Amino acid sequence: MPSNPTPLAEAPSESAETRHIHAALTRTSTGKEDLRELESGLDSLQSDAERRHRIEWSRILLPIAALAVLILAWQFYVSLGVKRRDLVPGPLDVSTQMGVLWNEGKLQEAVWTSLQRGLVGFLISVAIATPVGLLLAQVAPLRRAFGPLISGLQVLPSVAWVPAAIIWFGLTDATVYFVVFMGAIPSIINGLISGVDQIPPQYRRVGTVLGASRLQMALQVILPAALPGYLGGLKQGWAFSWRSLMAAEIIAVGGTIGFGLGSLLDQGRILSDMTVVMSAILLILAVGILIELLVFGPIEKRLLRRRGLLAGSTR
Amino acid sequence: MPVVLEHLGKRFGDGAPVLDDVNANIAKGEFVALLGASGCGKSTLLNIIAGLEAPTSGALEVPSDGAAFMFQDAALFPWLTARENIELALKLRGVGKSERRAKAQDLLELVHLGTAGDKRPHELSGGMRQRVSLARSLAQDRQLLLMDEPFAALDAITRDLLHDELERIWKETGRTIVFVTHNVREAVRLGQRVLLLSSRPGRVVQEWAVTEEHRTDAGLAGQLTGVITARLREEIRRHAK
Repeated sequence: MPSNPTPLAEAPSESAETRHIHAALTRTSTGKEDLRELESGLDSLQSDAERRHRIEWSRILLPIAALAVLILAWQFYVSLGVKRRDLVPGPLDVSTQMGVLWNEGKLQEAVWTSLQRGLVGFLISVAIATPVGLLLAQVAPLRRAFGPLISGLQVLPSVAWVPAAIIWFGLTDATVYFVVFMGAIPSIINGLISGVDQIPPQYRRVGTVLGASRLQMALQVILPAALPGYLGGLKQGWAFSWRSLMAAEIIAVGGTIGFGLGSLLDQGRILSDMTVVMSAILLILAVGILIELLVFGPIEKRLLRRRGLLAGSTR
Repeated sequence: MPVVLEHLGKRFGDGAPVLDDVNANIAKGEFVALLGASGCGKSTLLNIIAGLEAPTSGALEVPSDGAAFMFQDAALFPWLTARENIELALKLRGVGKSERRAKAQDLLELVHLGTAGDKRPHELSGGMRQRVSLARSLAQDRQLLLMDEPFAALDAITRDLLHDELERIWKETGRTIVFVTHNVREAVRLGQRVLLLSSRPGRVVQEWAVTEEHRTDAGLAGQLTGVITARLREEIRRHAK
């Protein structure tokens, strides 16, 4: 074994350069300061330069331009006169009708009634579905027992519950809320469960190694890790509540049920007034778009950006 | 002795044993490199020492408070910042809120990341993430630190630096470290002792002491690396058909 030590090791008055060469050869750094310097150099080489966030005008202007194009196309089609004007009203007729509805106070009443019911129904659904979803996702026998039922309920159109609800609760708000719950709760539960399923197993191991109890594991590890899937479930849950609500409002009219957007739509049908029908459809659509733009969009974007999942996406 | 393994064996179900008659003693404050080719049950052995899995035969003695663990991938939680990841480890250990903040900052300074505490894992490079992960395992405050190929996925330059870093931290904190690797140079660079595990079943077949001279003499270290590599290849060759 050739074991004569290299002369570099013991040289008392070595230059900085030889010291560095020796350090590199024996794979030891020359000292704490040297190590810190090397590391911070490498860190700055390997991390991205910070990017500033500016207002992205294309995000605001492109949708507005798209909307303008659609309205122009609509107006163009109507002015060709292919169909009778009372069957296919133009954008101007519809906006005039909306103005009338606004002045009568009907528009505000319908939007407010539906929105309020949709939101309250959705929030109660979230409060019920979240603990149930966590429980199903974490306890295997429960999931095996109820999983197929929950998936089935998500596929079952919640409108199917309207006749049953009317028989049970009559023409009251309870009917509307019942249908909303049956629409929203299964999809929120399913979203949460699939979010939990997609958690990398490594996270649970880390939790175990760090000494998390069962409750701590659920609240500190599982729930935050499942958040993207959970949020997807919430979005879908909101869509289902809004749709179910409209269906319920169209079918169940009268009694103590208030006047919502679905009722407005049904009223337009009874009066054979296409401008009212179109106004109601556009309002239902507008509420859906606004909730996505103002509530879910920003939350989702923030969530994904913080986890570094936004790079390369078209969001 | 913080870790004593006696005739330790492990098999999954009715399959062939993964570990068979593993014997080892690891002293307090020692840095032991556990070396072996794929399929030698290195990770299983670490899991057993960590208490994540139970052995099927034999006995083991480990510190009563368990062990800190560092994984191959940093396994940081992406919804928390670097600092919050460390604070979570302290929180699950039961450290009070005000103390957590100061401790986390100390640990960040220790791994030279004092100014990167508010960054999220995806904003950090692989080496920085692994340093946060190291700080988090130190936050567990266990005498025994188990490391499962923690630098295997890093580029060579970063890995070399992290070797220096780990050695410095080991000297500063006096931890007992069991470091699993399949890289012979890494084992010689870091360990005071290198244990070679055979493959299928895993068993400690030979061990080498790495002296202070190996650290200061590149030629000597290279020599030892060669000897160990030859022995490792002999083990692998046994499985040729």
